[in-house]
Amino acid sequence: MDLNLTVEESAFRDELRAWLAANVPKDWDQWREKPMEESFPYLRAWQQKLQEGRWAAVSWPKEYGGRSATLMQQAIFWEEMARVEAPPMANSLGLGLIGPTIIAYGTEAQKKRYIPKILSADEIWCQGFSEPNAGSDLAGLQTEARLESDYYIVNGQKIWTSYGWVGDWCELVVRTDATAPKHKGLTVLLVDMKSPGVEVRPLRQMTGESEFNELFFRDVRVPVENTLGKLNDGWNVAMSTLMYERGSYAARLHLIFKRYITRLIELSRTILRNGRPAAEDPLIRQKLAQCSAEIEIMRFNQMRAFSRITATGVPGPEGSIQKIFWSELNQRLQQVAQEILGSYGQLMAGDPHAIDKGLWSYAYLRSRGNTIEAGTSEVQRNIIGHFVLGLPRSY
Amino acid sequence: MQFGLSESQEFLKDSARKFFAGECPSTEMRRLMETDTAYDAALWAKLADQGYTGIIFPEAYGGVGLGKVELMLLMEEAGRALLPGPFFSTVVVTGSILNVLSTPEHKEKYLAPICRGELRATVAILESSASWNVRDIRLSAANGKLTGEKLFVSDAAIADFILVVARNGVFVVDSNARGLKISPMSAMDLTRKLYVVEFNDTPAEKLGSTADLPRAFDIATAALAAELVGGMQRTLDITVEYAKTRKQFGKPIGMFQAVQHQCADMYLETESARSAVYYAGWALEENSPDAATAVSIAKMYASDAARTVGNRGIQIHGGMGFTWENDLHLYYRRAKASETAFGDATFHRERIASAVIDSDSVCSKSA
Repeated sequence: MDLNLTVEESAFRDELRAWLAANVPKDWDQWREKPMEESFPYLRAWQQKLQEGRWAAVSWPKEYGGRSATLMQQAIFWEEMARVEAPPMANSLGLGLIGPTIIAYGTEAQKKRYIPKILSADEIWCQGFSEPNAGSDLAGLQTEARLESDYYIVNGQKIWTSYGWVGDWCELVVRTDATAPKHKGLTVLLVDMKSPGVEVRPLRQMTGESEFNELFFRDVRVPVENTLGKLNDGWNVAMSTLMYERGSYAARLHLIFKRYITRLIELSRTILRNGRPAAEDPLIRQKLAQCSAEIEIMRFNQMRAFSRITATGVPGPEGSIQKIFWSELNQRLQQVAQEILGSYGQLMAGDPHAIDKGLWSYAYLRSRGNTIEAGTSEVQRNIIGHFVLGLPRSY
Repeated sequence: MQFGLSESQEFLKDSARKFFAGECPSTEMRRLMETDTAYDAALWAKLADQGYTGIIFPEAYGGVGLGKVELMLLMEEAGRALLPGPFFSTVVVTGSILNVLSTPEHKEKYLAPICRGELRATVAILESSASWNVRDIRLSAANGKLTGEKLFVSDAAIADFILVVARNGVFVVDSNARGLKISPMSAMDLTRKLYVVEFNDTPAEKLGSTADLPRAFDIATAALAAELVGGMQRTLDITVEYAKTRKQFGKPIGMFQAVQHQCADMYLETESARSAVYYAGWALEENSPDAATAVSIAKMYASDAARTVGNRGIQIHGGMGFTWENDLHLYYRRAKASETAFGDATFHRERIASAVIDSDSVCSKSA
């Protein structure tokens, strides 16, 4: 056990720090509160800037424009990005999830066709996985693709699609064999979102924004050569995408949560409770300490998981701990924030009395989604129960 | 960065697990807990043979010179076996205090025999206030004599000497000293006995200043958290096994999500406590500036998690979990004793609060 950075890790961090110091945009604050539609060109330009320094996809193999970064280096990358409050990248799903899946399963022609434009943010990607009747039970999805000579004809509906409104391409999971057992009749198609018959509708969520879309496919023609991986092997391809989702996302959360707690501690010194600063209230102190401690433990868990993946080569079901841990921690943290802010906690962005421009009311509402998105807490507990502890499958 | 165990650390943990499984199985643990002191001379000699009694102490005093992470691993395995007797009192608490604050002569006289397995010892800290804050200690030595009372002193009846934390320093009292009276307290944990220790004009030799105690207390506190992790792991293992074999409604009860999800939470709590404990061990070993906070994070989390894991384990066992015959309650009893020892979760949360709220830096050093 050695928690000091290795020579390679320090070198990677130092190079990145120097690059970020010179290149991270100074005006992100003016853009971050605008609707994504307005800030999107800005995010696209930022990704292009990052890729000029070969920083957009550090986890990708060198031959595809990445840096073949180790998991620890990837963690360092996200920590440093969070440290300087760098803007997100426009093509985050393409870079984080879909690109790696194409690199793993794609043909040479597919890699050549899609990978460079994912990196350059010229083509934005979205994911067509969940359906109204296939959420946790993803394998029960019904969107069908019927083969007609050189084309699939796709019909169905997808939901919870991030970046659907701006997506040029979609990693779409479809049913190609309705007679096979549900996991064995799925195929992944790469679908041009400009194809006739594709309709994108915004889905308004409880925070008032529309991060997600609904996608409708009506007799959409998809060329056979756009199949990713083998016919009817779509479950494995899709699972590999979701592994990337669970593996890499958590790394940046530590600093984001740390920023929340640091700000909250700052606020607790000035917000009064029974005539004294909240920071002097024993109960508030207990709650702030509990959150601070759990934020650190979340990081220790991540470092242990990364070390294990580095040793064994693949992300394991232990990742399910991280998902439960961070999502439930954020909900507890936001509740503590609400307790400290009292009546001010409810004020939304735009209200002249709102603290931190309404950040806390938004974060409180948004945190409810954390235990649902990317695999509900219930599904994560099933995964731990069955795949880690070896209990019989409950469903 | 590598937050996994090295080969030699894995080896130590593995051999400790086998050692405790062989030398201190559940039957032996239960036999010892029914005795007055829970101490067994033959088992102690074997612990010394393994080098466990000198694990983190300098080779100059007969120790093995391993680090704090190794101590965490050993204590984790001791906790898994619910090792009865004075190992924690003697080696971890007394040994650490001697190592941190005593002179070479005192180390030769007291620490070396501990390393060699020749002497047992304990530390008398708490008084009637039962406060783990050293500032609340009232007992004070005068003219080389102590008069007063200490409570909750673990393993005092089989200690060859007792360290006494007083207002004006840390003192050593021989078990045969004049005016020393030791009487048992009847407490929940049967594997680590507690005593009232009274001093009446009892001769006491000063070892050092209380100013150096926090470092030794931090080592003991982290080690106790590590022991809790071992107990949690054992509780989880027993419970998962039961959930796989116990059938109701024609199915193993572990198939029901109400049961399975509790097992998943036990796993999450155990692994998270383990992460915190390993980090604390590493921070202590490196003398990292956040070491004291890291120790509090580990003890705070492990204290709460051990109780919760115990609650869940007993609940999943149904009626069987409520029987004397099942081992779960023995772990549950130890968990309650260790939860309060060296400060409970509330105590350590306040320590964390003063580090993160009252100073400007948030606790850990980030990479």
